[in-house]
Amino acid sequence: MSVLRIEGVRKSYGGPDVLTGVDLTLPSGAVMALLGTSGCGKTTLLRLIAGFEAAQAGRIVLGERVLEAPGIHIPAEQRHIGYVPQEGTLFPHLTVAANVGFGLTRAERRAGRVAEALELTGLTGLEARYPSDLSGGQQQRTALARALAPQPGLILLDEPFAALDMALRRAVCADVVALLRANGATAILVTHDPQEAFASADLVAVMRRGTIAQCADPATLYRAPVDAEVARLTGETIFLDATLRDGRAETVLGAVRVPAGATCSRKASVLLRPEQVRVAEAGHGVAVRVLSQGFRGDHTLVSVEAGGKELTIRLPGLAEAGETLHLQVVGAGVAFG
Amino acid sequence: MGGRRLPPLWLVLTGAIPFALVILPVGYVALNAVEAGPSGILSDLIRPYTLNLLVNTLVLSVSVTFCAGAIATAAAWCTERCDLPGRRWWRLATALPLAMPAYVSSFAWSSFGPAFQEMGGAILILTFYSVPLIYLPVCAALRSLDPNFEDVARSLGLGRWRSFGRVVLPQLAPALGGGALLVAAHMLAEFGALSFLRVETFTTAIFDQYTAEFNNQTAALLSGVLLLICIPVALAEASLRRRRFARISRGSARRRVPIRLGRLAPFVVLGFVALTLLGFVVPLATLGFWMWRGHSTGTGIGDLGQALLTSLGYAAPGAVLTTLLAVPLVVATTYFRGRFATLSDRLPYLVHGLPGIVVALAAVAVTIRFAPAVYGSSFVVLLVYAVLFLPLAQSAVRASAALVPGEFTDVARSLGKRPLAAFVLATLPNLLPGIGAALALVGLQVMRELTATLLLAPAGVVTLATEFWSYTSDRAYGAAAPFAAALVLISGVPVYIFTVRTLGVPSLDVTEEL
Repeated sequence: MSVLRIEGVRKSYGGPDVLTGVDLTLPSGAVMALLGTSGCGKTTLLRLIAGFEAAQAGRIVLGERVLEAPGIHIPAEQRHIGYVPQEGTLFPHLTVAANVGFGLTRAERRAGRVAEALELTGLTGLEARYPSDLSGGQQQRTALARALAPQPGLILLDEPFAALDMALRRAVCADVVALLRANGATAILVTHDPQEAFASADLVAVMRRGTIAQCADPATLYRAPVDAEVARLTGETIFLDATLRDGRAETVLGAVRVPAGATCSRKASVLLRPEQVRVAEAGHGVAVRVLSQGFRGDHTLVSVEAGGKELTIRLPGLAEAGETLHLQVVGAGVAFG
Repeated sequence: MGGRRLPPLWLVLTGAIPFALVILPVGYVALNAVEAGPSGILSDLIRPYTLNLLVNTLVLSVSVTFCAGAIATAAAWCTERCDLPGRRWWRLATALPLAMPAYVSSFAWSSFGPAFQEMGGAILILTFYSVPLIYLPVCAALRSLDPNFEDVARSLGLGRWRSFGRVVLPQLAPALGGGALLVAAHMLAEFGALSFLRVETFTTAIFDQYTAEFNNQTAALLSGVLLLICIPVALAEASLRRRRFARISRGSARRRVPIRLGRLAPFVVLGFVALTLLGFVVPLATLGFWMWRGHSTGTGIGDLGQALLTSLGYAAPGAVLTTLLAVPLVVATTYFRGRFATLSDRLPYLVHGLPGIVVALAAVAVTIRFAPAVYGSSFVVLLVYAVLFLPLAQSAVRASAALVPGEFTDVARSLGKRPLAAFVLATLPNLLPGIGAALALVGLQVMRELTATLLLAPAGVVTLATEFWSYTSDRAYGAAAPFAAALVLISGVPVYIFTVRTLGVPSLDVTEEL
């Protein structure tokens, strides 16, 4: 497994650029989630890395090997990069064993590599089954086993869990990521679900309008997004108008710590995550009036009026409309321009 | 819910009709075989003549099926997966030979002279005629095949060609196999074209035995041998029709990137030009030539209107009768499950694979023996049309029935209607689009049908197809050409509709070329 480096990659299909210049580095053995809304270019980037299509500009280098550069385009079949498309796309005319052995040479198949890959993915016993006889989770495992069997330098997964229902999705995702880690695989997982990205990846790259907006570990990305849009793409947000002063932001919910905050006084917008706003102990916090509530089971979305503005916060318990709550902010916020 | 209910009596009765239809040709052969006895069968069939027919029939069917399959698959690949310039138009052009009955294109080619006759010429001409029968299903299959399959194969180290061979081709197998078996069945049953091309096969031999030598028994025995070849082909075709690889994933709706032909593009376009020229333009131009310059041009042109009317006169009742038989069959299988309903629904597909000439002779034999009153009447012709074209009507009606839930009738009954009234009021109106399509398709097929019409039409009755036949038999090409042209025009309509429905409307919208 080796380092993947992507530099200034651009791609268009005749119209405006789908990728407007992508730079990305993925260390060996890391799992990266490529997060973005549909149409942001994440699948296109994946297809360029796989070599299904050629880039118009830029370089893609895996380890020592230049895969894509001006005048160079190594075809997909020579890149040694595994690919797991949406819904697995198992070959319906082949058994599980034949699917997994598809990318292996005859010698490799004889050497027991199919059984090895099946054992690794917990599919032993299903060799003779056809894809139509497998459950959704088993299909995903088979698709992964097929991609892992030739021991590729990199594995690409294009929204591999999109077809599964919600309950299964979390379980299969955890399952697949555990398998990737057990194999020490370097992998890129495309997803539009921040939860999935955070749960599965060492690094999350947020993509927007054909370029990488930010690439960081999940906690940094969630706590310190580079701008408001990345903040919204990575989870629920509360934006408060604020005045910055001495590393603190004065808001309707009181003073909020803003690291790297400006020393000079200026107006700004401060980002908080909903779970940072809590009910304060008696005698503390800022008084707000409850407008309405929406019960969600393990939490309640409560709409409150604070300083003439309506905010939606997340509370563990219930609150009556008209009731007065005392709120306080926990942890630091992020100030934007 | 539509569980296992017993179908009402009227459905059982109409469901019995297909059984009678299948028994007709098989019974005819069996009856003659019994009358001939073992020694009669042996002395009639164990001859170099029979062997020659067998070799000719098999060589022709296998060669045409193989060549058409190869050309059609390559053409489908080019129009569906490559950046072929103007591919929407090439799609339509490749389907065009369907508009030309095989006997018309064979007539056109054979009028050039002996170079386009005999086995070599026949294989060439019938291959071009057969290409669309495989091209259209393979195109549809390629289109519904998730392109991710090829991507995965390539990510596993297979090149473009090996990906095609190991991943795409196996999944095209049902469509390709179905189309190939259909071509094989057509070739086994073809009569008019082979007669022009002077290739002696079972069908032409049966026709000669029956009409020229009035030897009904030999005709029946030869029919028996032909049935033995046809029935496995028809059975295989019917079973492939149902078998499809289970679809385990729906393709992601991503833009398909066509494969760049690059420097090959001019050659591929040239190939399509040749295909269109040989399959459609040359035969059509030949008809045009004979219309203007033939010795007999102008002869019988006054009969064109009358022949057209007579053709319509058969097409309309033939279509109505066939559709009337098809509707209950489809209803029985769609809304009432059960072995009997399923079997009676599928049997017509088997009969469809049987040669028209055998079905026609069987109808003659049966009416002479059991219903001499109707022998030689138009009713027998209509009955044979129904046998031959029932599956066509069934498919059209089923397309509609699949969209109409059985609960319609249930709801109507819960509102106080009797079962039949409930069906007629609630379900039947929703089947009308399918019924209309069935009427149109069967009507057009009846108009271009030659063999059965030739054998069974009452003396003095002249249709477009029979008039064309009798003029060409007299080598009056100029007189025959307008009748053939009329047939091509009539056939063009359903071909256009069918192609557009399967492969989309050709348009000049450039963005869609992507």
